[in-house]
Amino acid sequence: MSLLSPVTRATLLKDIRLEWRSKDALNSMLFFSLLVVVIFSFSFDPNAEESRQIAPGLIWVAFLFSTVVALNQTWARELRNHALDAYRVSPASPNSLFLAKTLGNFLFVTVLEALMAPLFVVFYNLRSIGPVWQLLLIGVLGTFALVVNGTFFAALSLRTRMREIMLPVILFPVSIPAIQAMVEATHIVLTGEGTARFWIVLLLTYDVVFTTASLALFGLILNAE
Amino acid sequence: MKRTFPILAAVTALLLVFGTYQALVVAPTERTMGDVQRIFYYHVPSAWTAFCLFFLNLVASVIYLIRRNTSADALAVSAAETGVVFCTVVLVTGPLWARPVWGIWWTWDMRLTSTLVLWLIYVSYLLLRRFSDSAQTPVLAAVLAIFGALDVPLVYFSIWFFRTQHPQPVMGGGGSLDPRMLRVFLLNLAVFTLYGALLCWGRYRIEVMRRQVEETRALEALLDDGQAGSSPARSSR
Repeated sequence: MSLLSPVTRATLLKDIRLEWRSKDALNSMLFFSLLVVVIFSFSFDPNAEESRQIAPGLIWVAFLFSTVVALNQTWARELRNHALDAYRVSPASPNSLFLAKTLGNFLFVTVLEALMAPLFVVFYNLRSIGPVWQLLLIGVLGTFALVVNGTFFAALSLRTRMREIMLPVILFPVSIPAIQAMVEATHIVLTGEGTARFWIVLLLTYDVVFTTASLALFGLILNAE
Repeated sequence: MKRTFPILAAVTALLLVFGTYQALVVAPTERTMGDVQRIFYYHVPSAWTAFCLFFLNLVASVIYLIRRNTSADALAVSAAETGVVFCTVVLVTGPLWARPVWGIWWTWDMRLTSTLVLWLIYVSYLLLRRFSDSAQTPVLAAVLAIFGALDVPLVYFSIWFFRTQHPQPVMGGGGSLDPRMLRVFLLNLAVFTLYGALLCWGRYRIEVMRRQVEETRALEALLDDGQAGSSPARSSR
C-alpha cells in the first residue's frame, strides 16, 4: 500500500509540475528573502559576534515572510476555473487535498531554505559551534510547523477580503511559539550554549498538535462556502 | 426577562462604585509599593475576566461547530470582543503598575508575554470576523478559536522555559496578602466577573438584534424585488 492516497499523489505531482514549469513561487520567495537579508544587514550593520546573536531570528523571519508568499498562491490557484469547487463535489477526501498542499508547500519552502542557507552563512559569517545535524532537524520541524498551519490558514482566509494581508494576520499570532522555538533552538546550536532539546521537543509537539487539528478541521474549512 | 438586564446593570454599577471605594480608600496601603499597588484591584480581576471570556469563546465556538447554533456563534463574538477589551485593560494597567515599581514599562516576562500573545490571537480572530463576508464566517472563526486555544499551552510552555533560562529579577515572589487586601481583592474579582458577564450579555443582545435586523432587511429587499412598485407595509419589530 502506498503511503499517500492517489488523490494526494496526483495533486502533489500537479503542484510540483506547475511550480517546475513556472517557478513563480520559488522565484518570488527567493528574491523576497534575499531582500529581507540585505535590508536587515543594512538596518543593523552587525559585526561577527552580533550577527551570531541576531542571525537565527533573522533567518527564520526571512523564511516566515517568504513562506507567506508561497502560501498566498497555493489555494488562490485552485479558485481559477472553479477547480476547488470541483474538488469539493468530488468524492475525494478533503484531507488528501490538504496533505498534498502541505507537502507541496513544505517541499518548496525546503528548497528555498536549502538555497538561502549558504547565502546566510556567507553574508553573516556564520559558523556553528553546536551539533550541525540538529540544525537539519530544527529546519525540518520548523518548516513543517510554519507550513502546516500556513496551508490551513491560507485555506481559511481564502474567501476573505484582502486575503493577502489576512493570512499573516491570522497565521503569525498562532505561530509565535513555533517561531520562538525555532529561533531559540537555532541560537543554541549556533552558539553552542546548552542543549536545544526542549525546543526541539516543543516544535515536535507543535507539529503533532496542529497537524492533528488541521486534519480534523480541514473538511469544515473546505466545505465552508 | 426584559427587566433583568437593566436591574443587573444597576446592581453592577453600584457594586463597581463600592468596589472602587474599597480599593481606593478602605484597603490598606502596601508597604513598599505605596498607593500604586491599588491598581492590583483592577489589573488582576480584569485579567481573570478576560481569561473567563476567552474560555467562554472557546466553549461557544465548539458548541457552534457541533450544533450549528447561531446563538452560540453570537455568544462567541460577544465573548471574544469583551475579552479583548478586558485584556487591553490588563495590558494597559500592567505597564502603569510596572513603571513605578519595577522601573520599566514592560518586560518580556512570562505572564506579560503570554497575555500579549493571547491578546494578539484574539485580535486576529476579530479581524478575521471583520474581513470575512461569507455566510460561513462563523465556521471559519470557530475553527480559528480552536487553533488559538490549542496554541495557549504551547505559548505558555515556550515562554516559561525561555524565562527560566534567562531569569528576570522583576517578578516578585508569592508573598502573603493582608486579609483586608484579600477581602477587597475578592470583592473586586467578583464585581469584575459580574461586570464582564454583563458586558458580554449586552453585546450578545446587540449581536442577536443586529442579525434579526439584517434578516428582516434581506427579507424586505426580497419582497421588494418580488412585487416591484408596491410598498412593503410591514411593521418592523
